[in-house]
Amino acid sequence: MVLRLALALCLGASAAVADVSVTIHYLRQEVEQPPVLSNLDPIPEDLGLKGAELGLADNATTGRFMGQTWTLEVTEVPIGGDLAAAARAALATTDLIVLDAPADAALALADLPEAAGALIFNSAAPDDRLRGADCRANLLHTLPSNAMRTDALAQFLLNRRWDDLALITGTHPDDNAFATSLRASLTKFGMRLTSEKTWAFDADMRRNASQEVPLFTQDLKAHDVLLIADEIHDFGRYIAYNTWIPRPVAGSEGLVPVAWAQVVEQWGAAQLQSRFTDLAARPMQSRDYAAWAAVRAMGEAVTRTGAADTATLRAYLLGPDFELAGFKGRPLSFRDWNGQLRQPIPLVTQRAVVAQAPLEGFLHQVNELDTLGRDAPESDCTAFGN
Amino acid sequence: MMFLLGKNTHKTLTACLAACLLGAPVTGEEIWVTNEKDDTISVIDVATLEVVRTIPTGDRPRGITFSHDHKVVYICASDSDTVQVMDPDTGEILFDLPSGEDPEQFVLHPDNRHLYIANEDDAITTVVDVVSRTVVAQIDVGIEPEGMAVSPDGKLAITTSETTNMAHWIDTETRELVANTLVDSRPRHAEFAAGGTQLWVSAEIGGTVSVFDVETKAELAKIDFAVKGVHPDRVQPVGFEFDGEEKTAFVALGPSNHVAVVNAETFEVEQYILVGRRVWHMAFNSDKSLLFTTNGVSGDVTVIDVAKREAIKTIKVGRFPWGAALRP
Repeated sequence: MVLRLALALCLGASAAVADVSVTIHYLRQEVEQPPVLSNLDPIPEDLGLKGAELGLADNATTGRFMGQTWTLEVTEVPIGGDLAAAARAALATTDLIVLDAPADAALALADLPEAAGALIFNSAAPDDRLRGADCRANLLHTLPSNAMRTDALAQFLLNRRWDDLALITGTHPDDNAFATSLRASLTKFGMRLTSEKTWAFDADMRRNASQEVPLFTQDLKAHDVLLIADEIHDFGRYIAYNTWIPRPVAGSEGLVPVAWAQVVEQWGAAQLQSRFTDLAARPMQSRDYAAWAAVRAMGEAVTRTGAADTATLRAYLLGPDFELAGFKGRPLSFRDWNGQLRQPIPLVTQRAVVAQAPLEGFLHQVNELDTLGRDAPESDCTAFGN
Repeated sequence: MMFLLGKNTHKTLTACLAACLLGAPVTGEEIWVTNEKDDTISVIDVATLEVVRTIPTGDRPRGITFSHDHKVVYICASDSDTVQVMDPDTGEILFDLPSGEDPEQFVLHPDNRHLYIANEDDAITTVVDVVSRTVVAQIDVGIEPEGMAVSPDGKLAITTSETTNMAHWIDTETRELVANTLVDSRPRHAEFAAGGTQLWVSAEIGGTVSVFDVETKAELAKIDFAVKGVHPDRVQPVGFEFDGEEKTAFVALGPSNHVAVVNAETFEVEQYILVGRRVWHMAFNSDKSLLFTTNGVSGDVTVIDVAKREAIKTIKVGRFPWGAALRP
């Protein structure tokens, strides 16, 4: 069963001649959320969607002066629902999709015959394979890949000469994917893991973290920083300050590489943050930012080309003239070898941006942002004809 | 004793002290600099190139401009949601103007009576009558309006919107939009040039300055910048000013920490001058022999010798200096 919310947000239609009318479909596959120890930070039900709504409002304001009309349609497919049917229905009205779904669902959608001429923006799946061997020509990515995030953290660790690391990994596949990416980034930047452990406990850490964690971390070999791979945010929050030896924590907890967080305030970000909280009544998160960036990228492409057909938009988005002002201090653009939006990665705590990657000194022959994630020469994506 | 007093008491007291100590008519020229994260103005004496006064303001002061007779100074106190009107002799706030939410930059019409204010959070340009102290118009513009300019004849006002990426042309008589011109990403600042026949607009993320013909609104030129040893992404044009004959433009290039010297006739960049970190805005002294740039991140002001085109002094001011204005 497909729950179709036909809330067509018709914004921007004015007395002016509507030269271009653009419909974007936000398609969401709901997924099972594994239980976690703490109830402190529930995942917002409208995570991602609010970012798309804000992006649409931003586009519509510009569109008012350009004779553009922007519409956002939303479909949420419940767990076990028929995503393919929902996708076909969406593709019947528009070729522009913002997709909030896991990697396998993204691939299934991208491979639908109806999606051959579509432009799908992945705003939720961080999997490196979607940007690598499993890439698709009609699938662009506004959420940073795991590799971009872990490279950002590795740059910071190297910059501080904190190059002996230990790692604790959870048991969820997302934890493992992040840990794999962390290991690859440490290798890339010439650092090493002195020891690794898997967190497979089922104890409730709210009661006895102070008793469990010191013992659990006692046998880790000498390290400068303790890395945590806990992408479902289960146990990681209980590690800091409870370790056997005093060490900072980074990765999924502590110092976290993100696409976006509440604490980002430079480069005009405060304006985006306040527009978002006015709309959503909660802080903007990475997936909200990715959905916002997807919709805004389409807005830029339509405004600059005056066209709304996917072939023109795709060529412009992947071309050298596209740039998106993404409130992170540098223009954002798409990698033409795998469709990933290149972007700075803030390294944040709950209270502040500690640093923003790429860090000074990490050089690149073309664009320093390409020191984050898989660069063109090592990419195994072939769908983009490079 | 000071820290026992409340915030407002403290400010009043400081203002009072400033008034008592410096209430006498000021003789020399001054550059007034707003410090965004200190809620103060640093006053630089042009003769000695030193800070001679620090004056408390409302929250997050950014845009600053003097009335044409220099009797009052207007300050955008962004987080106080007001434009403050200050007596420059005493540093006393005379009154607050209604400004709309989050005023960032503004421009005073040649009639010395109407302020055109960009309301960054509201996608609105507000027109305020400073005599009747009322809002006389609000004009819908693009998202995050910032740069403000008014033509020398007073007929046109310009708002640039940072996220919509446009220059909005406002007829000051009807107070309606007459044109919207697309520019590169994140337009920050606008100025009329060449006797009012050209409009220049800087684009921070686009890394360019666009020059438009005012009559046709067509683009005449687009100026690119390249600072040796700085990645193009960090070359971000923000504020700019013209020399006396409008033959040369000085363009602040943000986090590249340079000011570009542009030939305003050929639109060619002639030189780059190293200044402080994240250079924002600037102001000349009266004879335009000296240029003062606000450097947001390094918390200082660089003084440029205009003839020699070199930085001659760095002056420490408050935290995150933003706007600058001359008091002759």
